[in-house]
Amino acid sequence: MTAAGTPAFSAAARPVQGGRRLPLSWLGIVPFAAYIALFLLLPSAIIFAGSFVNADGGIDLSNFTSINEPFIITSFANSLLISAISAIVGAFSGALLAYAIVTGNPNGLVRRGVTSAAGVLAQFGGVTLAFAFIATLGTIGFVTVFLKNIGIDIFANGVWLYEQSGLTLIYLYFQIPLMVLVFLPALDGVRPQWREATESLGGNMWHYWRYVAGPLLAPSFLGCTLLLFANSFSAYATAAALITQGGVIVPLEIQHVLVSEVGRSQPGLAKALALAMIVIVAIVMTLYSLLQRRTSRWLR
Amino acid sequence: MVVYVVMGAFFITPLIAMFEFSTRGNGENAPRTLEAWASIFKTPDMVDAITASLQLAAITSIAMLILLLPTMVWVRLRLPRLNRIVEFICLLPLTVPAIALVVGLRPIYVWININVTDSILALAFAYVVLVLPYAYRSLDAGLAAIDIKTLSEAARSLGAGWLTVMWRVIVPNMSSAILNACLLSVALVLGEYTVANLLNFENLQVAIAYVGLVSAGTSVAVALASLVFAFVLLMVISFIGRRRTPSLAAAGTDPQYLTAGQRT
Repeated sequence: MTAAGTPAFSAAARPVQGGRRLPLSWLGIVPFAAYIALFLLLPSAIIFAGSFVNADGGIDLSNFTSINEPFIITSFANSLLISAISAIVGAFSGALLAYAIVTGNPNGLVRRGVTSAAGVLAQFGGVTLAFAFIATLGTIGFVTVFLKNIGIDIFANGVWLYEQSGLTLIYLYFQIPLMVLVFLPALDGVRPQWREATESLGGNMWHYWRYVAGPLLAPSFLGCTLLLFANSFSAYATAAALITQGGVIVPLEIQHVLVSEVGRSQPGLAKALALAMIVIVAIVMTLYSLLQRRTSRWLR
Repeated sequence: MVVYVVMGAFFITPLIAMFEFSTRGNGENAPRTLEAWASIFKTPDMVDAITASLQLAAITSIAMLILLLPTMVWVRLRLPRLNRIVEFICLLPLTVPAIALVVGLRPIYVWININVTDSILALAFAYVVLVLPYAYRSLDAGLAAIDIKTLSEAARSLGAGWLTVMWRVIVPNMSSAILNACLLSVALVLGEYTVANLLNFENLQVAIAYVGLVSAGTSVAVALASLVFAFVLLMVISFIGRRRTPSLAAAGTDPQYLTAGQRT
């Protein structure tokens, strides 16, 4: 610190003790802190505090008990189911694709191409994705019309694109590339020497996967699946553009409660739902980072 | 090989379908037409929304830089103890889904609309928070690659003020990290729907969804155009990263930070 001698420095160097003024160097983060307080911490506080305020302005747990209503329970169940299925299917397909990449040439064009594409496609979400699938699998979509012309009606049992199953399929479009991106480093860490060691000890393919590669990759695989879960659980825009009526999943339920807030006057319920979502995502992300930490132990 | 073909088909089909869909003519056997594409510019709402989204992207990027970069440099030089806290705060928006955050932002925006401005550009306040994690990661990588302590001390001992240090020493030394952070912010703002929709502002994505109710062809055309634009931006990011410093490529495309919670 050559800036020694400036008041800011000497103030910072002094241990903060009772009665002393706050060091001047703290002033440097005031704009940032103020901004964060206003646009990140204040909204969070509003959600937290507001979820305990009932319709009459009193403080109780009524918002959380109204989460118990059947239609909200259903939307939570739908949300969890869609997220779980799209996470598990996405994790397995993504891991398969990542494995195909790893077994190929590490500096090859295929690997670079697929990882770049995955980086871009994992970002693909929102309204655009919904319209991509309406153009593909909508009632007059490209694939629907094509299949109808060769005699296959994919909507013979009703149009499923605008329901949970359609949403799950659409979510896979960003889940699989995300899995490739997050799981690739773990697969890269598996050394060929381990397979050779297994073989020289008399183990076969099953032994290798069951006792060596499987246990090593399991924490990472599980962690990545959790990340995928949180990813689709927080998704809103795609569903909002696709499903124009009803609160099929929790984010749509929040929109429903929030937008009809004036008429139905349930400001607390929206906040309670938001709080429930934050809690679920926070738990999942914490587990994810714990599992990632475990993986990084052997991943150099 | 089979894996590549199956996956490739799954990922390419919707893109082809969008192109096919947006060039359809009216009626059963009508010839291909670019009418849907032309009507983008004939829809005043759409033009307004595109302009607003581009302005928001620019404002958000600049505001993010002004707010974040000096703070990060200052914390590194003077308040290293706060480094972990600032990092934690910057990554916090990843664990708060945008749909939940907007519930808390609504009362604040009601106040802003009444007391400050009701312009759509006020959305930039919220967008700076949304881009924080991505911007932080990429600026963090840029700052880690240079020795800001030595650089700033050298500049200070030559008589430079803090503004000169920032503008003429630190910024030029991490230009690709800054560009990276800006491009990520632009990509995120152009794709943002949740906050705008629930705060009753009509940005690009809200307009796409709205026009889609009337004319699907136009919506698909705009969706494809905005998608291609975002793809180009992200490709540029990975290109910059690969060419200059490998560590930046890692930051720019670090999946954990780039994508998690990115569903806005």
